[in-house]
Amino acid sequence: MSINGKKVIEILTQIAVKIDENKGYLSELDATIGDGDHGINMSKGFKAVTEKLKEDNGVDIAGILKKTGMALVSTVGGASGPLYGTAFMKSSMSVNGKTEIDIKDFSNMLKDALGGIKMRGKATAGEKTMIDALEPALEAINKGIEQGLESKAILKLAKEAAYNGVEYTKTIIATKGRASYLGERSIGHQDAGATSSAIILETIYEAIE
Amino acid sequence: MVGIVITSHSKNIAEGVKELAQQMAPEVPIAASGGTSDGRIGTDVMKIMNAIESVYSEDGVVLIFDLGSAFMNAEMAIEMMDEEKAKKIKIVDCPIVEGAVTSAVESSIGKSIEEIEEALKPMNLGKMP
Repeated sequence: MSINGKKVIEILTQIAVKIDENKGYLSELDATIGDGDHGINMSKGFKAVTEKLKEDNGVDIAGILKKTGMALVSTVGGASGPLYGTAFMKSSMSVNGKTEIDIKDFSNMLKDALGGIKMRGKATAGEKTMIDALEPALEAINKGIEQGLESKAILKLAKEAAYNGVEYTKTIIATKGRASYLGERSIGHQDAGATSSAIILETIYEAIE
Repeated sequence: MVGIVITSHSKNIAEGVKELAQQMAPEVPIAASGGTSDGRIGTDVMKIMNAIESVYSEDGVVLIFDLGSAFMNAEMAIEMMDEEKAKKIKIVDCPIVEGAVTSAVESSIGKSIEEIEEALKPMNLGKMP
């Protein structure tokens, strides 16, 4: 796998479509144990990303990721704004100056994104958040690279690990975000943020040849 | 005089708290940043930055917020500002109404940003992770 900035924009646009298709579902998940705005917030945010990237010439990958982060931060509104915003901005660090990226670059991007989310939310794995989808996905990618698998196969393992992580969030109590006000009542319900993270990884998997 | 920024998920809460605090201390620069730019519930980094700028002086700015993600966006807003300014902006963990009134009164009698932080300490709610 080697993809250029134009492809990165294409993938981000597809993420916007996929998030929009799932906005009702995401808000429903969020309404059960949170404030019920995750779907609409994410949909608004990624629509703004698509708009912002329309004028981009698709050369500078780090620039594209930074713009994505800024658009999310200034339009999402809920906690996913600063969290995904920070994630995309941080993900640009390791690909500065690059016009093509491969699976190893993607692993580094995801590592920095995850670090950014942990820093911004002061959260770790096991707190019923997007980290529970992203961290296992990153582990799956690194394992796949080690085993010398094809990029597409690696991304498949990543999205599967993310969805397993979403399942795992059903079994634990939320200690972060609005759901933390519910304590034990949050058990049995999957986390909306983990779900949107898994949807994003699934879209990336589908978009890569 | 220390400026005050009230950040809430709700525009009405932010405006209402500002109104209440301003009544106690009409001369203090207070700015409200509530809701998203398109009128939804939420907070917006750019709105928070603008609010900070509007009340900023060398004496600094105290920022008071309501719920978790308002804190994250407030942190981001400060990180995006000029480093010298950023140092003089303090996010304080306190109940939004009582905290705003107390800091407005403290600021109006010429207290420094450190003194205001100290005055708000007993109100700490543990909402800053």
